[in-house]
Amino acid sequence: MATTTASEKPQRSARAQAFADFCKRFARNKGAVVGLVILLAVVLLALIAPLLYPASPWQMVQRPFLPPMATEGFWFGTDTLGRDIGAGLAYGARISLIVGIVSTVVALTIGVTIGALAGYYGGYLDDALMRFTEFFQTIPNFALAIVLVAIFQPSTTSVIIAIGIVSWPPVARLVRGEFLSLRSREFVQASIVLGQSNGHIITRQILPNTLSPVIVMASLMIAQAILLESSLSFLGLGDPNTMSWGYMIGAARTVIRQAWWMSFFPGVAILLTVLALNLVGEGLNDALNPRLARKGR
Amino acid sequence: MAERAILEVENLSISLPSGADRPLAVEEISFALARNEILCVVGESGSGKSMCANAIMGLLPRPHVQPVGGTIRFEGEDLLSLPESRLRDLRGSRIGMIFQEPMTALNPLMRIGEQIDEVFDAHGVLSKAERRARVVELLRDVGLPDPEHLGESYPFRLSGGQRQRVMIAMALALEPAILIADEPTTALDVTTQAQILDLIKKLQAEHHMAVMFITHDFGVVAEIADRVAVMQYGKIVEMGPAEQVLNDPQHDYTRRLIAAVPQFEPPERPQIEGPPLLSVKALEKTYVTERGLFTQGRRVPAAQEVSFDIRKGETLGLVGESGSGKSTVGRCIVRLLDTDGGEIRFGEIDLAGLKGKALRPHRRHVQMIFQDPYASLNPRSKVGTIVAEGPIAHGTPRAEALARAHELLHLVGLDPSAAERFPHEFSGGQRQRIGIARALALEPELLVADEPVSALDVSVQAQVLDLLAEIKQRLHLAMLFITHDLRVAAQICDNIAVMKLGRIVEYGPTRRVFDDPQHAYTKALLAAVPGKRWSIPEVALEHARQHARRVAS
Repeated sequence: MATTTASEKPQRSARAQAFADFCKRFARNKGAVVGLVILLAVVLLALIAPLLYPASPWQMVQRPFLPPMATEGFWFGTDTLGRDIGAGLAYGARISLIVGIVSTVVALTIGVTIGALAGYYGGYLDDALMRFTEFFQTIPNFALAIVLVAIFQPSTTSVIIAIGIVSWPPVARLVRGEFLSLRSREFVQASIVLGQSNGHIITRQILPNTLSPVIVMASLMIAQAILLESSLSFLGLGDPNTMSWGYMIGAARTVIRQAWWMSFFPGVAILLTVLALNLVGEGLNDALNPRLARKGR
Repeated sequence: MAERAILEVENLSISLPSGADRPLAVEEISFALARNEILCVVGESGSGKSMCANAIMGLLPRPHVQPVGGTIRFEGEDLLSLPESRLRDLRGSRIGMIFQEPMTALNPLMRIGEQIDEVFDAHGVLSKAERRARVVELLRDVGLPDPEHLGESYPFRLSGGQRQRVMIAMALALEPAILIADEPTTALDVTTQAQILDLIKKLQAEHHMAVMFITHDFGVVAEIADRVAVMQYGKIVEMGPAEQVLNDPQHDYTRRLIAAVPQFEPPERPQIEGPPLLSVKALEKTYVTERGLFTQGRRVPAAQEVSFDIRKGETLGLVGESGSGKSTVGRCIVRLLDTDGGEIRFGEIDLAGLKGKALRPHRRHVQMIFQDPYASLNPRSKVGTIVAEGPIAHGTPRAEALARAHELLHLVGLDPSAAERFPHEFSGGQRQRIGIARALALEPELLVADEPVSALDVSVQAQVLDLLAEIKQRLHLAMLFITHDLRVAAQICDNIAVMKLGRIVEYGPTRRVFDDPQHAYTKALLAAVPGKRWSIPEVALEHARQHARRVAS
């Protein structure tokens, strides 16, 4: 028993050390820290939305066209139907984050699988999968997303699936490239000689070594997905039962001259969230690829 | 040799950035370089030998690495205090330099002639016509074929050796007083290396230059040096005439380094009898490049009618230059590559005929040790896992495999606690030991070692070779040892097969092949081994034996 604890200790401290290094490198990028703070604020807002606004964001709570800061408790004003914009922002943060994260997970699942298979096996399978990927890349993202949502009926699930389906090709390309270069590395060849199965080599040997760039890309994809979701609901293709930032802007666009605040606040929310994610992505890039980052500076 | 020194380095110290393994890359070194002499600076990687050369050329990556003390006096000027513009004048015109990697040192989009011409252009000398004539003359001087027209070629048409000749031509274009050569032959094949060494020696004599030749290879030193400076951890530990340093080394470190150089004479070895463990018959492998939709693809035969046997307890050396197909044969035997014909008979099974799942259970009998200790271990796996992976893949319970990994790490001379650490925490030699432990974990009967020591420093190389020999003895293994280094082959191989352009041109007991080579290519290879007339002095060997005894007790 004593030996196991002794042998586990240095391992844990090595992991802790690596994590501390990672944090240090991340913190060196001031923008990334700011991004992380904003992002955490948005997450917090999404989490405590029901506490801040116990009523549904669809409920009419005041007179319509109430300007911001005019009445106690309605800091962001109300919209054309008298709904609280503050509540809309808080609940919109939920749907934005859910769609952003889940659709990115969907895209990563498809992209990593296809990229890994194409890069590892090469040959005809690679050709076939890459042509398939190109097929998706040639269709404009947004147009395809609109078509998919229109076919499936707008709902949170269909929006997530549509965004996932249009955003996996870059992941597949990235992962394929990493696999191609890692596949010929000697440690992978050593695994083949040891008699490990292909599945084991793909998941245990190569995949962990491709994670850094994939994580960086994922953070930027979440931002992209949030933008796509907002654009879809701006066009009225969002889930009709969910309050979303894009829907708020879309609904307010006809009255933008009379009531600027109705589209301004959700717009700022989208801007800040996407900016924060991009900053975090850049920070992750610096922290995960330290050699590259140093060269750039 | 009693000429006055033209380059004098005095108490030179160069700083390293904080966080490096030592504060100074080079510490208070002093040496002088006289006209008409070749000074070899020898040392292992990280000894600071290249830093010296870069300091003289003013090529240090400032401000992280910069000289913090001492002087470099060249023709009356202190190079360290000169402004950049004056240094630029001196570089190329008075001090020439050639680098290690000829494949990347030339601009691929510029004709050879233009690149040499640029040297004149940069220093604003000679008229256009004169330059053209001079370029041809230089190309002829460095022994390139068809000098009148070669200037019109692009670098990709030239082999590594030819490119290195172009680099030498560029360095010599303005007849510099000093030529600095930083490992100029390390990336070259042994026969090409011999030609380049001859060329440098010849040009040095013709132009009465001083040459500072940086190398890690004592064979090269024996071939070319007038004087030798041995560096360790940024200090010169011994300096003197080549004769003396090579044959009567004084410093402990020099003795150790020299003793680590493999002897060129193969020792007498008993014939190994018995049925063959592995029998390769008429192995064929052809690479087809870039088969496109509309293009045919180029066919490169890498192995043709390759046949040999390996018995239990035998080490067969597969030697040859780059591109001879020796690695291809090794990779076919461990079945990293599919063969195009022939048999790889291992006991009852023909490995060449098996594929995919059917092959997997048989892989454990033949294991491989890779060349690059930095690329051959998964950076994200712990060492224990790396060693245990093979047995786990073949059905050994995880706990049992990990326990066995500890034993194996001990067997290859590492502390078993290494199992809990990651590969990047180990040095090149230690990593190679981990690679050996991994190969042994499956209890193979045959080891294929593909250049297992060529990425290592000479002293580490000797340790790894000793380890391989000991393990082979203890476990009674057969080994296919692929190497380009005939010195290493002489020491470790029972039999030798010499490969050229995919064919085995000579095959026999090592001693017979070395003493009485039959094929012209074998003769050329043996003749090209640097420093073959120099034998390791007894004083160094004695020192090594004492050291070994001390370690043992």
